[in-house]
Amino acid sequence: MPFVDPKPYPAAARVALNDPQLRRNLGKATTAIREKRLRVVAELPDWQALRDAGAAIKTDAMNRLPELLEQLEVSVTKAGGQVHWARDAREANQIVSSIVLRHRAKEVIKIKSITTDEIGLNDALELHGVTAIETDLAELIVQLAHDHPSHILVPAIHKNRAEIRELFLKSFNLEPADLSDEPRALAEVARRYLREKFLTVPVAISGANFAISETGTVGVVESEGNGRMCLTLPKVLVSIMGIEKVLPSLRDLEVMLQLLPRSSTAERMNPYTSLWTGVHAGDGPQEFHLVLLDNGRTKVLEDEVGRQALHCIRCSACLNVCPVYERAGGHAYGSVYPGPIGAILTPQLIGLESEHAQSLPFASSLCGACYEVCPVKINIPEILVYLRGEVVHKKGNSFFNLEAAAMKSVAWVFMDKTRYEFAQKAARVGQMPLVKGNTISSLPGIMSGWTNSRDLPAVPQKSFRDLWRERAAAKRVHP
Amino acid sequence: MSEPRDTATARTAMLSLIRAAIGAPKAALEIPRQYRLETGHTDLTSLLEERIADYRATVHLCNSSDLPQTIAGILERLGVTHLAIPADLPTDWIPANLETLVDRADLEPRHLETADAVLTGCTVAIAETGTIVLDHSSAQGRRALTLIPDRHVCIVFQMQIVDNLPAAISRLTSSVTVGRPLTFISGPSATSDIELSRVEGVHGPRVLEVVIVRE
Repeated sequence: MPFVDPKPYPAAARVALNDPQLRRNLGKATTAIREKRLRVVAELPDWQALRDAGAAIKTDAMNRLPELLEQLEVSVTKAGGQVHWARDAREANQIVSSIVLRHRAKEVIKIKSITTDEIGLNDALELHGVTAIETDLAELIVQLAHDHPSHILVPAIHKNRAEIRELFLKSFNLEPADLSDEPRALAEVARRYLREKFLTVPVAISGANFAISETGTVGVVESEGNGRMCLTLPKVLVSIMGIEKVLPSLRDLEVMLQLLPRSSTAERMNPYTSLWTGVHAGDGPQEFHLVLLDNGRTKVLEDEVGRQALHCIRCSACLNVCPVYERAGGHAYGSVYPGPIGAILTPQLIGLESEHAQSLPFASSLCGACYEVCPVKINIPEILVYLRGEVVHKKGNSFFNLEAAAMKSVAWVFMDKTRYEFAQKAARVGQMPLVKGNTISSLPGIMSGWTNSRDLPAVPQKSFRDLWRERAAAKRVHP
Repeated sequence: MSEPRDTATARTAMLSLIRAAIGAPKAALEIPRQYRLETGHTDLTSLLEERIADYRATVHLCNSSDLPQTIAGILERLGVTHLAIPADLPTDWIPANLETLVDRADLEPRHLETADAVLTGCTVAIAETGTIVLDHSSAQGRRALTLIPDRHVCIVFQMQIVDNLPAAISRLTSSVTVGRPLTFISGPSATSDIELSRVEGVHGPRVLEVVIVRE
C-alpha cells in the first residue's frame, strides 16, 4: 500500500514544499472546502449527536466483527452474490484476476476505490494482460499522468486546470484550439471517452462505502455517475471492501449518510448513492462478487488504542483541516492513505518497521483539528502520540536515548533554584555566538533539529527573576 | 464459490485472527440516538423545493389535475422528441405527440442513448437534503433507464415527501427487504475534481427537472 520505496516523511515533504504551484493548488482547494464544510455542518443542530451515534456504531461493529462478517456472507449469498475472503493483497488480486479472466475480459472499468489502490490491483491485472480503466475524473487524470493520488476524495487536487488540459491534449490527441481549460470542457472530454467504455466493458470493479450485514446490502457514495454506470451496466460486478466497512443494520445508514457527504464534499447530500443487495433479476449485473479484505486490518484491531483508526469512513475532512497536509500535500505521506488518518493508519497496517512508517506519526503538529472534524470521532492526536511512543520504544537507542538523558539532566537543573539561575547565566554567555537580534536561527549538532524549521528566542539579558528582584529593591528605596 | 479451497482457508484464518484480536465476544452496544428523527419543519414541500433548487436542478409545482400539461410543457421546452419511459408509467403523463422508448429487461442500455430524456416517478423525496430516492418499482424502471438519457424529469407526489434521512430510511426499509436496489439522487451528476470547482453533468443525466405534485 505504500508507494514503491517511499521516503521518510520529512524528506518527502521537503520536495513538496519546494513546489510553489502545488502549494497554491492545495491552499486554494483546502480553504474552499473547509469553509463549505463549516456552513453545511452548522445547518444541523444535532451534529454532535450524529457524531456520537457514528462513533458508537463503528465501535459496536468492531466489537462484533466476526459475527457481522459471517452474517454478511449469509445475506449476500442468499441474495445471489458470492463472498470471497482475502488475507492479503496477493490473495485479493488473485481472486479478482481469476474472475476477470474467466470472463475473458481484456478491460475492466473501475469506480474510485482506495482499497484497490491499497492492494495494487491495476498492476496485478496488467500482469494478466488486463487493462483497468479508472472512471472517476480525478482518478483518470492521475492514471493518464502515471501519477499517484494525493487526496482521498479529490485524488488530483495537486493539479490545476492548465495542467489537466495539457494532459488531456496529449492523452486524447486533441487540437489545442478544440479544448479550453474550463472544468466543464475538461469533464466533457472524460464523458465522451468513458461512455463507450461503460457500454461495452463486461466487468466492473468497485470499492464499498459500507455493507449492511443484516440485509447484505452494499453501498457506494459518489458524485459523477461513473459509480452508477459501473454498478449497473456491466454483466459482472466485483466489489472489494476492507472488513472494517461492515455495519450492523440498515438503520445505521440514517447516521452515516448524514455524516459522510457533509464531511467529505461539504454537501447536504452527494449527487448519487447506490445501494444494492446481491443480484437483482433483470436489472444490473447478473453476477456479483464481494471480496472481504484483511491486509493488516486484524493487526490494527489487536491494538486497543490504535484500532480506532479502523472506524474511518474515508471522508477526508481531516486532510482538509490539517495545517501539515495543506502545505506538504498528499504525496509526502508515501501511501494511498495520506493526511492525519494516513499518518495513523499506514504505519499500523504495514507495521512500524521501515524508516518511512516510523516517520509518519511525527508528520503532525498535534493541533487537534483532525479530531474536531472527524465525523466518527477518531481521536487522531491520541493515536499519533501513542504511535510516537511505540516508535521511540522500538528504536530504543540513538537519538531518543540521548534525548531521554538530556531531559533527565534538565529536570535536575530545574529542580533547584541555584542550579537553575546558574544555568541561565551560563546560557546567556554560551549563546552569544549564535544570537542574531533576539533569536537563534541555527543551533549546532544534534540540537539543529529544533531550529531546522523554527527560530528559538534567545535567553534574555535579564530574566524575570532579575526584574522582580530589581523591582523589590526599587520599592525599598522609594516606598 | 470460485476458489472454494483457497477462500475457505482464508475465511477460517481471518475469522480466528479477528476473534483473537478483539478478545472475548461482546454484546451489541446500545447506540445513542439523540439526533433528530424529524426536523420540525411544517412546510416540507417548500423545503424540498428550495433544497433541490440548490443543486441547480429545476423544480416545478403543480396540482394533480395540471400534471399532464406541466409535463408536456417541460418536455417541449427541453425540445424532447424521443422519450424513454418505464413500462408502467401512467399513460396520462405521456404527451400524445411524442415517440416513446419503453424500458424492458432485455433492452440494451445502448438503445437508451437514443432518447432525449427519461420521465419517471419516485419512491421517496427527502426534504432536508433535497434528495429523490428510486427503488425502481412502479413508474421508475430499471436502474439504467434513469442513468443513460441526458435529462431526467422526475415526478414527486406530496405524500412521498419525508422530513429527513431517518424518516426516509424507515420508509425505504421494506424496499430493501423485498430485494430492490435503491438510488439516491441529489441534483444532476456533478464533479468537483478540478480545483474543487463544481461542474454539473459528468456521466449521469446533466439536467434534472423535478415536478412536485400538490394533492
